[in-house]
Amino acid sequence: MKVRVGPASFRVGSAWSQPLAQLRALYADYPPGDSVPDFTVRLEPTRPWRRWVRPSVAIAGDYMLPEAAPLPLAHALLAAEMAMNLQVALGWRRHLLLHAAAVEKDGRALVMTGESGAGKSTLAAMLMRRGWRLLGDEFALVDLHNGSLHPFPRPISLKNDSIAALAGEGRWGPELVGTPKGTIRHLVPDALALAGMNRQAMPAMLLFPRYGFAPATRAVPASEAFVRLTAASTNYANLGEPGFRALTRLVREVPTVAVDYPDGASALAMVDEIWG
Amino acid sequence: MIYRAPPADALLAEPIDAFTAVYHRPSGQTHLLVEPAPEILDALGRDGLTLAKLRAALAERYDLTEADDLAERLEELVAAGLVSAA
Repeated sequence: MKVRVGPASFRVGSAWSQPLAQLRALYADYPPGDSVPDFTVRLEPTRPWRRWVRPSVAIAGDYMLPEAAPLPLAHALLAAEMAMNLQVALGWRRHLLLHAAAVEKDGRALVMTGESGAGKSTLAAMLMRRGWRLLGDEFALVDLHNGSLHPFPRPISLKNDSIAALAGEGRWGPELVGTPKGTIRHLVPDALALAGMNRQAMPAMLLFPRYGFAPATRAVPASEAFVRLTAASTNYANLGEPGFRALTRLVREVPTVAVDYPDGASALAMVDEIWG
Repeated sequence: MIYRAPPADALLAEPIDAFTAVYHRPSGQTHLLVEPAPEILDALGRDGLTLAKLRAALAERYDLTEADDLAERLEELVAAGLVSAA
């Protein structure tokens, strides 16, 4: 299967047909990938006989993590999604890559970064439902020359309670129960996000959300944002000087706010207030 | 002991609020410096200075206090690879 997401083109192969069918359904509204993809991912049996006996999926691609644990075949879609993320995280050099969600309104982008569990994906999906254009829930691609954000609207990976909170409209992948991160379900970005996947947006605000705390907001100094974003970037060190220039420019030009929130409704109200 | 800063084109410095982000081209490492580190690099220059001469050079331009332990700051810059000592 070949698919294009924003500037990146993927080819995914599999020893089994079921994960490919699930991927085709998930990416049905995406443009087809290029004949020469940026990244190739393969889902393979951990041992030849494991294709039939208690099937267990290992991922193979241009970029690998040797300690990546195999997943059961029922979670092959998750394995494929993780593998695609991994290729981008380790292999992408054309932009500064931030582990962040991003949404856009009126040509201005809101970038949300934080630890796993901070609520980036959930917030991005909620804002998408309220009419914001989703740029991505996993990676923000910062242009090395002009600082704009390139959309990378992969299916949004929602976990546990967030799945029910966003249930309803939209194209969803299958529910993956009992994964290492609990129950996971992918929500396909809406038509606005997919139609605009080649349209860049300038970042206007950086947000450091934290889920599960009493409501609080704090202006974050640019120097603190710089340090946190070097840690949140998967390719900052590899990019060298262009990465340094892009990141210093971002933190100097864009205000940063830390937001603690107890639940999704509070977070949306706080974003509305901060955004103005 | 003479302490030297790298050649000017080896460093890329960008002020970020109270800090100076410095990209060290030869190593590809990023450092976030707070005063007096950028001032020390500036004063040392490529020709270098001894600790005593550095102290005198900085005293001309800044109000140095007893608490400003220049030797310690210099050693930190040496450890970070931003200053060479020979």
